[in-house]
Amino acid sequence: MTRFSAWNVLWQGITGQKGWSRQWRDPELKSHYDVIIVGGGLHGLATAYYLAKNHGLRNVAVLEKGWIGGGNAGRNTTIVRSNYARPGNCQFYAHSLKLWEELSHELNYNVMFSQRSHIALLHSPGAIDAAARNYNTLRRTGTPDAEIWGLEQLKQAVPHLNYAEGARFPVMGAAVQKRAGTARHDAVVWGYARAADMLGVDIIQNCAVTGVERDGARITALETTRGRITAGKVGFAVAGNTSRLWSMAGLGRLPIESHKLQAFVSEPLKPLLDQVVVFGMGGAHFYISQSDKGGMVFGGDLDWYKSYAQRGNLPIVQDVAEAAMSVMPCLGRVKLLRHWAGVVDMSMDGSHFICPTPLDNLYLNTGWNYGGFKATPAAGWWFADLIANERPAPMIADFDLKRFERGLQIDERGAGPDPKLHG
Amino acid sequence: MIRISCPFCGPRDHAEFSYGGDGSIEYPALDAPVQDWHDAVFLRENICGLQLETWQHVHGCRMWIKVERDTMTHEIRSVAPAHPGLAAALESGQ
Repeated sequence: MTRFSAWNVLWQGITGQKGWSRQWRDPELKSHYDVIIVGGGLHGLATAYYLAKNHGLRNVAVLEKGWIGGGNAGRNTTIVRSNYARPGNCQFYAHSLKLWEELSHELNYNVMFSQRSHIALLHSPGAIDAAARNYNTLRRTGTPDAEIWGLEQLKQAVPHLNYAEGARFPVMGAAVQKRAGTARHDAVVWGYARAADMLGVDIIQNCAVTGVERDGARITALETTRGRITAGKVGFAVAGNTSRLWSMAGLGRLPIESHKLQAFVSEPLKPLLDQVVVFGMGGAHFYISQSDKGGMVFGGDLDWYKSYAQRGNLPIVQDVAEAAMSVMPCLGRVKLLRHWAGVVDMSMDGSHFICPTPLDNLYLNTGWNYGGFKATPAAGWWFADLIANERPAPMIADFDLKRFERGLQIDERGAGPDPKLHG
Repeated sequence: MIRISCPFCGPRDHAEFSYGGDGSIEYPALDAPVQDWHDAVFLRENICGLQLETWQHVHGCRMWIKVERDTMTHEIRSVAPAHPGLAAALESGQ
């Protein structure tokens, strides 16, 4: 594998770009792996990388039913932030953001992480009070970059928003995290895949799991479309399809529902928006940023009913377009380039699970709701730690399947046990 | 857009309805063990395929209905009032 460096880029430029090798191998499937990660998305690849890097495991495979990064890894709106206030979430996402800040160097791959600020608009004195409370919590618990902005400061930083006096929801200020921002989602997939591959991890694409062989409380092997593989340990990291794998393993029900979330990108524009802007008011929800290519990348709420279909419905397109017009009326004549949907695993309290399971050698990573992208580095880090050491570290101890039995809900929104409400 | 045939109002766009959730859940008796209530409130089968679910016609008659819908294709197999008495009354044409 050729490492990326300024010298290498220069040398390849002079010599006709002929010396680059494949970014990762296309290895033959072995009949046994010490650890098999099911799911070649961001969390699966990151887990494999940290299993090899932090824990020295080498006989590791990542199985992906399609192509790596073709699921939610390639369907999100690429926002990274850590402004979570609940105990557990707060520390977890703070760790994730620290890993993001070093990720390009760590992987020797430019993931285009851009800390351009996350600006959540506030529209009422009550919202400002709630944001102040939230951000006081953040500042006291290790997120020092929490800020509340007044209207003048906001107007200076983001001049194109709808500040009209007659606006239905006049903007009064914003809650801001400056270290938050965006990253190039495909680059994160490729970066983790390449770095994991360099450490000996086998990335097996076009390999769907079709059955789970058990011997009592152990998984012995996985049936796949490319044959049977025996496994020492197995980790599931398959986002919206977790329940299907879970029932293949004969494990019954989970505290999650699969819903679809749409995202949108416009035609490329000249630089217009330097930050991530979020609007949430009553029933409306909208978040937008501008990619380096110029496209306005934005999204809104779920489609509001359970679904495994990776395609969105039109009422939500209308909702999102209406929210876009109320936040940034200057987008009115911008053409939509593409819109799509991904299947997300919405959990009962809006928080995730990285935990052991009823089976001795099966580990679970699921329940990421809207927020799996930003969690990628920490999710991989702690899932690998769990699999390697066979015990949950304190960082993830509360994020297990039994927390509801203990009366614990890690519910940022306070929305209760209704998966579709945890946006 | 999914079209749902409301038993009371006829075929309408799904945007008139609000999705309730898994319609196959049987809530336990009030004095049932905590574990039964935990399972009913927090655990879901999360079927990929045909599932029974509840919807409310919030922008129409406001009635709750039970819908059999495929969660992959969104095809609707059947629609009936959620209230068994109303379902029986509709069935017998009263």
